[in-house]
Amino acid sequence: MSTTDHAQAPPPDQADWDEVHGSAEFVELRARLRRFVFPMAALFLVWYLVYVLLADYAHEFMATKLIGNVNVGLVLGLLQFASTFLITWLYVRYAGRKLDPLAERVRESIEGDAK
Amino acid sequence: MRNLAAGVTGNNPGLNIGIFAAFVLITLIVVFRASRNNRTAADYYAAGRAFTGPQNGIAISGDYLSAASFLGIAGAIALNGYDGFLYSIGFLVAWLVALLLVAELLRNTGKYTMGDVLAFRMRQRPVRAAAATSTLVVTFFYLLAQMAGAGGLVALLLGVTNKAGQAAVIAVVGVIMIVYVLIGGMKGTTWVQIIKAALLIVGAFAMTLWVLGRYGFNLSDLLGGAVDAHPKGGSVLNPGLQYGATGTSKLDFLSLGLALVLGTAGLPHVLMRFYTVPTAKEARRSVVWAIGLIGVFYLFTLVLGYGAGAIVGPDAIKNAPGKANSAAPLLAQALGGPVLLGIIAAIAFATILAVVAGLTITASASFAHDIYANVIKKGEASDKNAEVRVARITAVVIGIVAIVGGIVANGQNVAFLVALAFAVAASANLPTILYTLFWKRFNTAGALWSTYGGLAVSIVLIVFSPAVSGKPSTAATPSMITGVDFHWFPLENPGLVSIPVAFILGWLGTILSKDRDQSKFAEMEVRALTGAGAEKAISH
Repeated sequence: MSTTDHAQAPPPDQADWDEVHGSAEFVELRARLRRFVFPMAALFLVWYLVYVLLADYAHEFMATKLIGNVNVGLVLGLLQFASTFLITWLYVRYAGRKLDPLAERVRESIEGDAK
Repeated sequence: MRNLAAGVTGNNPGLNIGIFAAFVLITLIVVFRASRNNRTAADYYAAGRAFTGPQNGIAISGDYLSAASFLGIAGAIALNGYDGFLYSIGFLVAWLVALLLVAELLRNTGKYTMGDVLAFRMRQRPVRAAAATSTLVVTFFYLLAQMAGAGGLVALLLGVTNKAGQAAVIAVVGVIMIVYVLIGGMKGTTWVQIIKAALLIVGAFAMTLWVLGRYGFNLSDLLGGAVDAHPKGGSVLNPGLQYGATGTSKLDFLSLGLALVLGTAGLPHVLMRFYTVPTAKEARRSVVWAIGLIGVFYLFTLVLGYGAGAIVGPDAIKNAPGKANSAAPLLAQALGGPVLLGIIAAIAFATILAVVAGLTITASASFAHDIYANVIKKGEASDKNAEVRVARITAVVIGIVAIVGGIVANGQNVAFLVALAFAVAASANLPTILYTLFWKRFNTAGALWSTYGGLAVSIVLIVFSPAVSGKPSTAATPSMITGVDFHWFPLENPGLVSIPVAFILGWLGTILSKDRDQSKFAEMEVRALTGAGAEKAISH
């Protein structure tokens, strides 16, 4: 086995990859993945940038006291933690329900062929 | 009142060394036990892909929570208040990039290194050479920052103040690290990181409870304590203390924020950890565990930072050897006396050791697998063991470079090197990774342009930034070189310019080249999304 090989079993040949790539199941899998991760990535990046810009340029707003010494800046910062945990949980749930079963079906169809 | 400013009063170096020696002894035993199956490349580089997601997640947090984040962030919050907190948010949110866009696809596509993925559908030799170059540069900066930090820590914790003594301690730390990597390979290194992460998180949790307990578990009262102790008073709770002074420093902050959030998913030593698990699903679980642990840990550092500000006081921290880095150790001393200080000191050393070991194995794998096996031997090395042998030799060389670099950089202001490593990773690696995984048209020329372009732009901007020259030695964070001024780029962090430039270069290089191989992309995409033909775990 040369080091540029990418699989341990004899890999399916190129025509197989192309065929799977064009199959309805694979197209659906890719659509489901992209439908979730692209908007979610855009969302958290925008929300992070808004937070950084507020911390950078809106000092007075961030310094507004809410409860005792806890101000808007601290609450927004903690919300960044909360949103990170939330998005992680949402993605794991989505992947478990919508991606994994489909990915497994496609994988079995390929590896079944190769044997 | 006891003079905490001296830092070393009430400190018991013998105790610190004893606790650290116990850590080294235990981890060495674990490393030896883990080293029994370390013959093949998959064993040495990827621990046989046999770690579970949770194990790998703990190891990732061990790799990621370097001395810079533990000591550095706590110190930054103690001295600069809210602006220190912003670092930890960037470091954490960054993991969503890895979770959503990179980890699973990379695990399914590659074998040992970042180069495996980047070169998958490209011409192997040039792209692997580029990936290895960027890996070595990022790892070198990261490594140097860790080793240089060790010097300051030695002064603070072991009471070794002369340069020769510090150099000797740095060398000892380096040699232990080389032993871990040589004997344990990825498996041993991973166990060191798991043990260290557990100690670090438990230690930080205990201190957090202790600090909060002093303030009746009332966060507002703790913040009030930090306000009372700080010369700038209430502004310690607001953003802007460190970065709010001028328009330039505000832009600098934006640049840093961008580099932090986009850098993590391009750090080679983080990426390599995803190969130590058997499947993409385990890679996902790794990231979930890492996000949980890292997030909780940064919440602890918020309390510890303000706690150090309130209980130890910013002036005492500034006057201690190691300055901001001494905030957490001094807090430990104020809370629990020499024993707690000894434990925290040992954890800090363990942190440096574990992170440096992770960096060394990454760099050696990249050199042996990408450069030696695929560029020099063109993927036709007669003997698979030769590659692992080259990796081991490289690890020794890198270890020696780290020791020498740490000794030379000792006492220099190299704190900016960690931020630089993130900026370079975000510029040279992340655009190339994202284009490779998601853009069908992307090709060899584009990969070379974005990797080398991002690397060159970020490094040139750093060299001509105020971080390297131009700031007086009296500044709060003086330049690395004082006395001369050759800076023309106004920002200390290049990310704001270099990241977009790298994305544009990758796009431009691609469309200017006619080269395209869409069926190879079809294969890669099917593999990446389904895990078909992915590297399996090795059972011994």
